[in-house]
Amino acid sequence: MSAVPPDAYLVLSAVLFSVGALGVLLRRNALILFMSIELMLNAVNLAFVAFARVWGDLGGQVIVFFVLVVAAAEVVVGLAIIVNIFRTRETVDIDDVDLLRG
Amino acid sequence: MSVALEFALTAEDLWAMAPLLVVTGFALFVLILDLFLRPEPERKGPLVWASLVGVGAALVANAVAPAPSGTWVQGMLRVDLVSKFLNTVFLLGAGLAVLLSAGYVERQGIARGEYYCLLLFSTVGAMLMGMSADLVLLFLGLETLSIPLYILATFFKRRPASQEAGLKYFLLGAFSSALFLYGIALVYGATGTTQLAEVGARLPEALGRAPGLVYAGLGLLIVGLGFKAAAVPFHTWAPDVYEGAPTSVTAFMAVAAKAAAFAAFLRVLLGAGTGTGAVPSASASAWLSELATAWAPLIALLAVLTMVLGNVVAVVQLNLKRLLAYSSIAHAGYLLIALVAMGAGTPATAADATAALLFYLLVYTLMTLGAFGAVVVAEGEGRSENPSLSDLAGLGARHPWLAGMLALFLVSLAGLPPTAGFFAKFYVFKAAIESGPLGLALAIVGVLTSVISVYYYLRVAYYAVVARPAADADADASAERPFYASGTVWVGLGVAALLVLALGLYPTWVVESLVQGLSAATAAWALP
Repeated sequence: MSAVPPDAYLVLSAVLFSVGALGVLLRRNALILFMSIELMLNAVNLAFVAFARVWGDLGGQVIVFFVLVVAAAEVVVGLAIIVNIFRTRETVDIDDVDLLRG
Repeated sequence: MSVALEFALTAEDLWAMAPLLVVTGFALFVLILDLFLRPEPERKGPLVWASLVGVGAALVANAVAPAPSGTWVQGMLRVDLVSKFLNTVFLLGAGLAVLLSAGYVERQGIARGEYYCLLLFSTVGAMLMGMSADLVLLFLGLETLSIPLYILATFFKRRPASQEAGLKYFLLGAFSSALFLYGIALVYGATGTTQLAEVGARLPEALGRAPGLVYAGLGLLIVGLGFKAAAVPFHTWAPDVYEGAPTSVTAFMAVAAKAAAFAAFLRVLLGAGTGTGAVPSASASAWLSELATAWAPLIALLAVLTMVLGNVVAVVQLNLKRLLAYSSIAHAGYLLIALVAMGAGTPATAADATAALLFYLLVYTLMTLGAFGAVVVAEGEGRSENPSLSDLAGLGARHPWLAGMLALFLVSLAGLPPTAGFFAKFYVFKAAIESGPLGLALAIVGVLTSVISVYYYLRVAYYAVVARPAADADADASAERPFYASGTVWVGLGVAALLVLALGLYPTWVVESLVQGLSAATAAWALP
């Protein structure tokens, strides 16, 4: 039984990261944007674990926990901001949130 | 260097953390103290005092804590001249921001314990970034800085402009953090470590084995920090966020987030290569010689775009906060010049450039907070929620000293002698010219764009000092519109003005001692 080579995880991580980044750049719904950012963070986590495996170093896996905690804190603040906006404007489409410009 | 499995904190570790612990402790104290105060905004005075005492105590702890220069807490925290100086800048910025905030948040009805608590936590994040010797800590510092700022930007919960500022700042901030984090992952993948000194030591080998990972990782780190520093083309969020956020928050954001981003630039681009975390040394110039040829032109390109766009677009701004936003973008360009000068030159000129960058950060913090003081006093009931240049008219007649101080900050921002702003630019351009042809070209662009900036800064000064309110139908009403110059604003602006003057008259004191300290460090650490 042959193991999946580490390169495959790294490629998957890069693909997930790109999907997330494209989501941020192309989608217009604040919630979807937010999900895309979370996808990017999780892609990074996958990369950390894969690299940790390659180097035989636990450090990379420990970093994942830090990232998870930071992502959780970001979710709390981000969702609060989005909910707050929705209460006033009843939309979370970022093209409609365009008061400030120039 | 291997990290021993030794989990005990030593006394030096605690002393190294002392400034961080003091600010964190006072942030929590402010939160608890808030529970014992009545909810009316005018009863929140003790919070201001507690925050100021906390900042002051941290300044003292930073100056006198007996932590020798070195890397502490399992190779995480760096204590050296650079970190001590950066901490001073961040704490000064936080203290002045608290002074500017006090009357403002009370009048706007957002004086709550969380405001000061978040301001202090954000300061802790900035300090962590300046002290970090490890990429992971750098990321955590970045998030500790940014997440409270997302909340502060949207602190006018019911005001659409503030909500929008918060949303934009959050989405772009989180996006840039993800890019920065992927950069860390790639650097970790290339070198097998996240400790900056180790990364630098292993880079020559990593460059041979996996150059793609190194370059991609470095590029992502630069882009991520470019967002935070609001460097063109990653600046698009800045004007909107600066305009929508509460003015006192904008003032803090403009200095703390930017200075922290440059602290991170300093640690990543140079610290990594040196094994010292401070300035380039001869023994570990591999990162510089091989990688600086890659990143110096990239940063130089960002610098040119940032200076040109920031200054040119600022000329047409009529809204004060937007004008100052573009001004802060433009100043990021000058700071980027100093980074290029560090990378492109020799170790000796790199010490000069590092000193110039640090001095610029200090001066930028003082004069930008001072300029935002003008927006703070021109905003409130009976006045515009979002002052334009003409809203400053009459300030000179009503408060001549205030208008005078504002003019001083604006002249300093424009970079005219005898203010600190002139010498900040002078040292940066001097270091750039000494570093080589690339630096010379950048210095020329810098001087030309500074000339543009004189126009829009002096136009603001004209409105503040000379102009009278337009004689409209209800001239009496406009004459009665007060300026909100509370006592704390006077103190904050006074301190900033004195420092801008003092640093303008005696800049060599600071710069020479920085250069000497950095050169000594280079010489000491360059030994094998």
